[in-house]
Amino acid sequence: MNDEVKAGEPNPPLINNSMKFRTEDAFPVLRSRFGDTVRSLSDTQPDRYILVQSDALPEICKFLRDDPDWQCNLLHCITGLDQAETLAVVYHLFSMPKRHFVVLKIEVSKDSPIVPTLADIWPSADWLERETFDLLGIVFEGHPDLRRILLPDEWIGHPLRKDYEMPTHEKLRGLGL
Amino acid sequence: MHFVPYLHEQILSAWPVSVVVLLIALIGAGIMLAWVAVVALVAVWAERKVSAHMQARLGPMYVGGFHGWLQTAADGLKLFLKEDIIPAMADKWLFIQAPVLVFGGALLAYAAIPFGPKLVVSDINIGVFYILAVSAIVAIGIIMAGWASHNKWSLYGGMRTAAQFLSYEIPSALHLMPVIMYAGTLNLGEIVQSQETGLFGWGGIFGWYAFRNPFLFLSFICYYISSLAETNRTPFDLPETESELVAGFHTEYTGIRFSFFFMAEYADMFVVAALSTLLFCGGWNCVLPRSVQFVPDPVVFVLKCSAFIFLTMWLRWTLPRFRVDQLMALCWKFLIPLGLLNIVGSGLWMYIFGQVK
Amino acid sequence: MTGVDEEAMDADLKSLGFRVEERRTLASGSDELLVNMGPQHPSTHGVLRLLLRTDGEEVQEAVPSVGYLHRAAEKIGENVTYDAYTPYTDRLDYLSSMNNNWAWAMTVEKLAGIEVPQRAEYIRVIVAELNRIASHLVMVGTYGIDLGAFTPFLLTFREREEILDILEEISGGRLCYGYIRIGGVTDDITPTFAAKCRAFLRQYVPKLDAINELLSYNRIFIRRTANVGPLSAERAVAYGCTGPTLRASGVDWDLRRDEPYSIYDRFDWNVCIGRGEKGTVGDTWDRYMVRVREMYECVKMCEQALEGIPEGPFRAKMPRKFKPPIGECYFRAENPRGELAFYVVSDGSKKPVRVKVRAPSFCNLSAVQELTRNMLVSDLVAVLGSFDLVMGEVDR
Repeated sequence: MNDEVKAGEPNPPLINNSMKFRTEDAFPVLRSRFGDTVRSLSDTQPDRYILVQSDALPEICKFLRDDPDWQCNLLHCITGLDQAETLAVVYHLFSMPKRHFVVLKIEVSKDSPIVPTLADIWPSADWLERETFDLLGIVFEGHPDLRRILLPDEWIGHPLRKDYEMPTHEKLRGLGL
Repeated sequence: MHFVPYLHEQILSAWPVSVVVLLIALIGAGIMLAWVAVVALVAVWAERKVSAHMQARLGPMYVGGFHGWLQTAADGLKLFLKEDIIPAMADKWLFIQAPVLVFGGALLAYAAIPFGPKLVVSDINIGVFYILAVSAIVAIGIIMAGWASHNKWSLYGGMRTAAQFLSYEIPSALHLMPVIMYAGTLNLGEIVQSQETGLFGWGGIFGWYAFRNPFLFLSFICYYISSLAETNRTPFDLPETESELVAGFHTEYTGIRFSFFFMAEYADMFVVAALSTLLFCGGWNCVLPRSVQFVPDPVVFVLKCSAFIFLTMWLRWTLPRFRVDQLMALCWKFLIPLGLLNIVGSGLWMYIFGQVK
Repeated sequence: MTGVDEEAMDADLKSLGFRVEERRTLASGSDELLVNMGPQHPSTHGVLRLLLRTDGEEVQEAVPSVGYLHRAAEKIGENVTYDAYTPYTDRLDYLSSMNNNWAWAMTVEKLAGIEVPQRAEYIRVIVAELNRIASHLVMVGTYGIDLGAFTPFLLTFREREEILDILEEISGGRLCYGYIRIGGVTDDITPTFAAKCRAFLRQYVPKLDAINELLSYNRIFIRRTANVGPLSAERAVAYGCTGPTLRASGVDWDLRRDEPYSIYDRFDWNVCIGRGEKGTVGDTWDRYMVRVREMYECVKMCEQALEGIPEGPFRAKMPRKFKPPIGECYFRAENPRGELAFYVVSDGSKKPVRVKVRAPSFCNLSAVQELTRNMLVSDLVAVLGSFDLVMGEVDR
């Protein structure tokens, strides 16, 4: 690769990496089972995701965890995103027996960013969701203990949002920090 | 004390006896304090050098010239100059009294330790009993320190000490019983003298109680282990575990008060080494029989105590520490039954081999 | 109690999830203590705060409170370029910087389809495995101190000094290297690097055996760690634990063998799994011993890699203004503590839109609360040490 990579061109095949993403294969299975709540399969490169309606998320995840073809027993990562008008949450699910990843994504509005929790499906979701709540303000409904984890409890605002204004020194002192 | 009548008659006949007694007592206390200071100085320096060389490093090298032998003095001076902090919520009176008790308890035991025949501050007939009793004052001091600091971690340290110290008093005493049975006396000087003959009257190393019979050898080892627990040394250093309790019962102590605790630990270590030497290893008798001993008694005695102190330090830097319930289990389920067994066994041995006095 | 700010205590406890009524009950005469194992504590390994609810010495519940080392690493990722983010990855898990750099570099390389020259791959493997040895040495040493064995600490750190000297020679840093960059490595290895590595590895294995003899098979150590805090394989996977913590619970999973990246498929080595030799599978002795055994395997890998370094460039030619294509990418690497993963969203500009760091210690730590019920304070210390947490990556 000698020149600047131009945006939009497809990537050359991956060298020396055996991470297996089976999001494309999961899409038709989920579509046939859960219908229109499984909205679309993205065409992002190199990792694609399945865009899902947020209230259908727990059932879809339970299916992916329990179904013998998928067996996604390890929730690897929960990421919150601030896309310009909406907030999104990306879930990377990994299956240890099958050794494959499935990537799900949900989008919520900034006014009422409420997402059902997955803490009863995978215990690792507990802290990962707390972190997303802390940094992006996404509220996880049904979470056993939703409070801030990385920032002090009295902190106002959610720093990872694009419109977050770093508080001035005086404002921080007003918080008692 | 036989110095008293001598001094009273020859030199100070004008003074009443009680004043002479007081004078002798003060001189004795002064000697004890001086000796404790020397022991603390040397032992702390030795610990740092021993630990350093066991850990592939050098330890103190600069202060005072030769391998930093004045390092302890420098550290002591530094501690004296530090700010004296008493936590606002601490129980002030208890906080101040705790190091006094701890150091006092360790110091009091020196009154009965002989460095040679008749070379003792107070030649009491219940020497062993006195030392064991007085060492227990240290435990009260530690518990006071733990409580008075108003700090839950110090409290843990104090509570652990309460359990550990009081539990290990029992095997300490039990394992000393066979020696007392053999010697027939609690007087430390006489116990050492009774080790001069043994095994066909040869004396020397065969006279030492540790090698007289297998039960006594076992007693020797078990007494040494119990004494490690008495002085809060690893592997029994739970009350002051650095990693769990920050510094245990002496977390909140600074400056001189901390140095009291620190010195008391090394003073106590010497007391316990001295007891092991006197009771099990012939005291001031060297390895050869008494008749051919050419090294002065105090020198032999101090050398033997130093060997025990070195062993204590060696163990500290080699072994991990016990958990508190494992420590209690070791004491109650292992050392105490073994102690009782040793008493019975020694008694039977004495009876069978006709050594009953 | 007089002189205590009740409101502040209430607020503090509420922030940890305790109910205020509980505290009142505890203060007024029940036997339970609320003990704070604060952010500054010798054995919390960094700034971790645990609030313990204890009945005497037995811990009923230990609530962790993290965030004392939060430095906004993910927010910074949105404000710096891809290459400039490399030093920030150093400081996540500051004990295994090379591995962090490598994970980040590979994520961006996957996103942009960059091919790394073979020489760079070999160098990357060597320095990453050396760093893994150094990181495990820290764990072994500090774990000994936690349990009262002071001497192995000095021995392990002495060995670590040798590694740090070697890594300083090629990268200029002792702890945070910034050496593995996108496309390769920063600079070629020095001519003496290979010889020094070989010399170190040759004298290292007997020293590791000595440390083993001193600590791992010591009866007191085994009594302190065997059967303490067993984490079953099923719970470990459910909590997202990875790395040696997961392997100690008996799960046969190592990314370097099962999902090999870079050139890991060319080496001959074994995966170390906990088998419950001294007690239960997944107890603290297993977690400790897996790391000790892994060090032997790292030595093997290093030696094999040193044999096969080819000639060639040490970095792919990268454009001055690097702009990856639009897309998103998730990649994970086997760090000494587990699987470090980066999730990057790119919009074609020179700065990422979102960088998410999936830290292994974060997920490992979330298992601690369940694991430490009804154990003594001493056991809590042993369990915490065996998880080998680094707060830098928990808090980012």
